[in-house]
Amino acid sequence: MRNPLSDKVMQIQPSGIRKFFDIVSEMKDAISLGVGEPDFQTPWHIREEGIYTLEKGRTFYTSNAGLKELKIEICKYLNRRVNLSYDYNSEVIVTVGGSEAIDIGLRAMINPGDEVLIPQPSYVSYLPCAILADAKPVIIELKAENEFKLTKEELLNSITDKTKVLILPFPNNPTGAIMTKEELEEIAQVIIEKDIFVMSDEIYSELSYDKAHVSIASLPGMRERTIVINGFSKSYAMTGWRLGYACGPEKIIEQMTKIHQFAIMCAPTNSQYAAVEALRNGDKDVEEMRESYNQRRKYLMHRFREMKLECFEPYGAFYVFPCIKEFGITSDEFATKFLEEEKVAVVPGTAFGDCGEGFLRISYAYSLEDLKVALDRLEKFVFRLRNK
Amino acid sequence: MRETILTFIEKNSKIDLQELSIILGVDEAVIANEVAQMEKERVICGYHTLINWDKTSTEKVTALIEVKVTPQRGQGFDKIAERIYNYPEVRAVYLISGGYDLLVTLEEKNLRDVSMFVTEKLSTLDAVLSTATHFVLKKYKDHGTVMLPKNTSDERMLVTP
Repeated sequence: MRNPLSDKVMQIQPSGIRKFFDIVSEMKDAISLGVGEPDFQTPWHIREEGIYTLEKGRTFYTSNAGLKELKIEICKYLNRRVNLSYDYNSEVIVTVGGSEAIDIGLRAMINPGDEVLIPQPSYVSYLPCAILADAKPVIIELKAENEFKLTKEELLNSITDKTKVLILPFPNNPTGAIMTKEELEEIAQVIIEKDIFVMSDEIYSELSYDKAHVSIASLPGMRERTIVINGFSKSYAMTGWRLGYACGPEKIIEQMTKIHQFAIMCAPTNSQYAAVEALRNGDKDVEEMRESYNQRRKYLMHRFREMKLECFEPYGAFYVFPCIKEFGITSDEFATKFLEEEKVAVVPGTAFGDCGEGFLRISYAYSLEDLKVALDRLEKFVFRLRNK
Repeated sequence: MRETILTFIEKNSKIDLQELSIILGVDEAVIANEVAQMEKERVICGYHTLINWDKTSTEKVTALIEVKVTPQRGQGFDKIAERIYNYPEVRAVYLISGGYDLLVTLEEKNLRDVSMFVTEKLSTLDAVLSTATHFVLKKYKDHGTVMLPKNTSDERMLVTP
C-alpha cells in the first residue's frame, strides 16, 4: 500500500504538551498548575444569552465572516480598549478561536519559502501553522535577561530578504512577558523599514497587570501591515465556545475569509450571539477576573521569593516562568519528577520551544486555595532537590 | 484601600491578614490598622458565619413579615423600627419602599413561636397597622452564597497549551 500521509504533516512534531498530558492523565489524583485556560466559568449573563439563542431557534449559519452585530461590537471594543478603528464590514473576521485566525492568516499571506519569524518560548501553534502554510519558520530565541521581550537587535538579526511575517505573541504564553508601547515602537520602526508584516496575537490583551495593553497596530504606519488576533477565550473565560477574531487590512481579511469560507463556513452561531452579550455587557467581568489573576500573581511571586526560586516578574497572561537551572536537571526531568513525587503537573518550558529549557510554565488560573496546596508541594520538592 | 479590604472580608472574614497583605501588595500593619479603625467606626459591625441550618438537627423557622406602620411625628419610622429590632429573635429590620413599610426577619424554633411573636408582640404595637407573614421554605442562596452542595470538581484537562 502506498503511504497515505503527507510528508509535510509528518514533518510536524507532536506538541510537547501532548506528551506530558499523556503522562499526567495516567496519574491518579494529580493536581495541576498546567492549564492554559481560565478557572472561571463563563459569566452567567453570557451563558444565559447562549441559552436564549438556542431557545429562539437561532441555529443557522451566519455569514462567513461572522454576525454583523458581533463584528460591530468587536470594532467598538477595539476602539474602546486599544484605540484601534476597523471597518466592521471589510476588516474583521470572526474565527473558531484565535487558533484558526493564526492558521488562515498565515495561509493567506505566505508564499512557499517565505520566512516567518517566530519568537520563542511561545504558543505551540505558530510553528506547525507556519509549516503547513509552506513557510520557512525562523525561530527567534527570546532571553530571560530581557524578561523574554523581543528586542530590536534580535529582530534585526533574524530578518533576511525572504522575511515576510513576524509573529508577535504578547502578552505571552508561556512566559507572561508583555511589551510596552516604547518597546513596540522600536519593533515597529524595523518592521516598516524592512517592509514586513506582523501577526500580533493579542489573545491575552485583557490580562495585563501593570499598564493597559498596547496593540502594535495602533502605532503610526502599522495598521496597514498588522493582523490583530484576539478572542473571547481568555478575557471572558469562554474557551469552550471556540470564538476568536482577526482584524486587519481589507486585502488580507478578504483572503482569510475565503479560506475560512471553504474550511469552516462560519464560527458557531450560538457562540457568536453569546459573544455579542459579552462585548456589550461584560467589561465588569473582565475587570474582576483581571483583578483576581493579579492577586494570585502577587501571591505566586511572593512564594517564589520565599523559596528562592529565580523568576522575573511577569506582568501579563496568567503564567509565570520560573528558572530551574540551579537544580542541574532538564525541564522535562524536573516536571516528570515533580509529578511523580508530589503529584503536581507543571509544563516544561521546552514545550514552547527549545529555548524554554531550564524553565517551567506555571499557570495561576487556579483559586488561591488550590495554588496554596500546589505551591506547598513545590516548596517541599525544591527543598528536597537542594538538599540532595 | 478600605473598599478593597471590605470586599475581601465581606466574603471571607477568616482571611489571613498576612495573605491579604501579599495579594494586595500592601503592608500587613497598614491593613490591620485599617481593619481596627473600621471596627471602631462600626463600618465593620461584626463577623458572622453563614450556616446551612437545614443540615443540622436544630429546628429553625425563618419568617419574613411585611409590616405596615404609622410613622411617628418627629421620628419617622425610626422609633417603631427600634421597638421591633430590640427583640432578640428579630434577625433583621429593613425600611422598604413600596406596598409596606418594614420588612422584619424572624428566626424561631417553630411556627407557634412565630405566631406568638406576630400576634402578641408585633401586632399589638400601637403604630402597627397590619402584618403579612411569609415563611421561608428553602434557602437557595444567602449572602451571595449558593447553599446547595457545590460542584467543586475542576473539569478542565490537567494540562493544556
